[in-house]
Amino acid sequence: MNGIYLDHAATTPVHPEVARVYAELLTSSYGNASSIHGTGRAARKLLDDSRAQIARLIGARPEEIIFTGGGTESDNLAIFGTAEARSDEGRHIITTGIEHHAVLNACKRLGKRGFEVTWLPVNREGQISPDAVREALREDTILVTIMTANNEVGTIQPIREIGEILQGHPASFHTDAVQAFGEIPIEVGDLGIDLLSASAHKINGPKGIGFLYQKNGTKLTPPTSGGEQERKRRAGTENVPGIAAFAKAAEIAYESLAERHEQHESFKRIMTDALDEAGVEFRVNAGQAQTLPHILNLSFPGTDIESLLVNLDLAGVHVSSGSACTAGSIDPSHVLVAMYGEDAEELRNSVRFSFGYGLSEQDVRTAAEKTAATVRRLSGK
Amino acid sequence: MIYFDNSATTMPDDRVLDTFIKSSKAFFANPSSLHRLGIEADRLLARASEQVAELAGMSGGTVVFTSGGTEADNLALFGLARGNRAHGKKILVSAIEHPAILRSIPQLEKEGFEVGTIRVGRDGVIDLADLADQLTSETSVVSIMHVNNETGAIQPLEEAGGLIRAKSRAVFHSDAVQSFGKVAIPVSENGPDAISVSAHKIHGIEGSGALILKKRHGLEAILFGGNQQEGLRSGTVPVAHAAALAKAMRLAAEEIGRAPYAEWRNGLVRYFGDFDKVMVLGAEENAPHILSVAIRGIKGEIAVNALQEQDIYVSTSSACSSRSRKESHVLQAMGVPDDYRHGVIRISFGRMNSERDITRFKEVFTTFMETIERV
Repeated sequence: MNGIYLDHAATTPVHPEVARVYAELLTSSYGNASSIHGTGRAARKLLDDSRAQIARLIGARPEEIIFTGGGTESDNLAIFGTAEARSDEGRHIITTGIEHHAVLNACKRLGKRGFEVTWLPVNREGQISPDAVREALREDTILVTIMTANNEVGTIQPIREIGEILQGHPASFHTDAVQAFGEIPIEVGDLGIDLLSASAHKINGPKGIGFLYQKNGTKLTPPTSGGEQERKRRAGTENVPGIAAFAKAAEIAYESLAERHEQHESFKRIMTDALDEAGVEFRVNAGQAQTLPHILNLSFPGTDIESLLVNLDLAGVHVSSGSACTAGSIDPSHVLVAMYGEDAEELRNSVRFSFGYGLSEQDVRTAAEKTAATVRRLSGK
Repeated sequence: MIYFDNSATTMPDDRVLDTFIKSSKAFFANPSSLHRLGIEADRLLARASEQVAELAGMSGGTVVFTSGGTEADNLALFGLARGNRAHGKKILVSAIEHPAILRSIPQLEKEGFEVGTIRVGRDGVIDLADLADQLTSETSVVSIMHVNNETGAIQPLEEAGGLIRAKSRAVFHSDAVQSFGKVAIPVSENGPDAISVSAHKIHGIEGSGALILKKRHGLEAILFGGNQQEGLRSGTVPVAHAAALAKAMRLAAEEIGRAPYAEWRNGLVRYFGDFDKVMVLGAEENAPHILSVAIRGIKGEIAVNALQEQDIYVSTSSACSSRSRKESHVLQAMGVPDDYRHGVIRISFGRMNSERDITRFKEVFTTFMETIERV
């Protein structure tokens, strides 16, 4: 690959070990896991093992894991599924203004269908306050959905505190952990989470695979229908090779958690030190908050995001302006709007650098130098 | 091993795997990313999309890549019903649809739609007169599968389409998951407006499928998020899956009429004709790759297990419901006699089978029948 890929928060290359397992399983384990014959049973065994393995990593029971077609589907399943199952108990939902679009747009849709949505604000560091959750809670609140960590600026949210607040309240607590799973340890029981979404392609697994953790006893009515797979919670032939590859990717991610944490923190330092040394003016968005180690969102005053992205790309530094999911648009990031307001200059000059598999210190250093040169040229300094 | 359960899932073709692995590596980037790697991935995606539309006989149409056949069916039914409310709130589906369609009915009814089911005859083919009777100007969506997954019965899509066009403005969807690459899908004006396909049924990669439409036909999304795929299906698009689906569809399309399935099937139909206790289900003109037979007085599982001991894999009915041990809705709809209904086995062929597999199957099955005759 030409250039340096610093967009691991958008998607990641498949880890070679995962690719090996995946390729092998695609040919050797082609039974339909719902078939009753031998190859079907072999596929079922692999499915069960993968489920148990993933469950163990987040402190869940195997039957609490529902495999899906990805993070968006997991989020949609959690939100629409809760709304459908619990609308008799209430129609109030609490979320934040910085959620991924899979949560944001699902909640907006419910807003149009007679549900009332409270959008919690964040501070300038992209953090929500547990007190705001407490104040927003009502008797008819059926769902609180707050992401574990933000995908654009990396801010880690006070999930444990929110979980504690919700202990005495019947609302289901969902967290979109797509960006956090495999990057920071998550124990669902410990954190008081009822529903948690994750995705394989963010952790060097294959695309098109995700899971939703559903705590035993948490009500959920799936919005899609078909065969009785996944205990009737998600219809469709189980993608066994993809699921096993996901489990492998998760295993590798967890084994290397501490090591990568340290490495990515050092990448951040290399990046910011190099920019400092080059005399480039920049600010770290969410710089004062606790953030995911692999996400570094920088604002470069005096630059313009479109020319910055184009020029960085030409220089071989592949980054993005925020989430890739706004489907190719460079609309101002809703996350930065929530943090700084609609008129802030950060909206027009912020770039997300995200680290991951295959990057060396030298790559990061080179990327920092190229970024510094590009920014200096564009800002005329 | 002899794998005769290709209607449940198939072994991926090496050529498809090759496309999948190569594009997974070279085009791993998020196609929504604006950098060069993202743009290159997006270009591959666009090419795959064009090819898929073309292979479906819907060149220039709309392709929505999904996580599989179930999602494609759900998207078609919910998305077209909701998006065409203005035309009417009446939906028609056949009685033998896959659960991905049938189990969507209660939710549609909850949303105020009126869903009618079209009867089938003993041959497992829909009753066109019943369809004609139920069609009204308020019918907005009709969904009729092309080839039934349990019996292989081919549905008369063109005739159905003619009635639908004459009597309504309904969008015509067909679940072509079992038929693609086996039975040509009518592409005339009376052919379906939209079809669902699944990669893993045509030697592709599991977890991948598509809904293909002649045009958008008012389709609404059922997944919400980053508005990928023109807002019709949110979620990072698995580009390698899309490329591999196009490849699998191309290989399958090339095989239509050329694979020896019909010959094998006819040979087996003749062979089963010699057994008093065995009834071949469905019409003679059924899809060439699926053959379901019912054995009187035994449970299908007995036959499945006996064959499996000899390393031959068949299934009872559809895999999706075989674990639930519920009675098949398709067999019920066809009116299969009680003493046969529990003894159904489905034999389905794929690219990896050979003539020798058929010969071996006959030997083993004959021995099995002799055994049950004795006890």
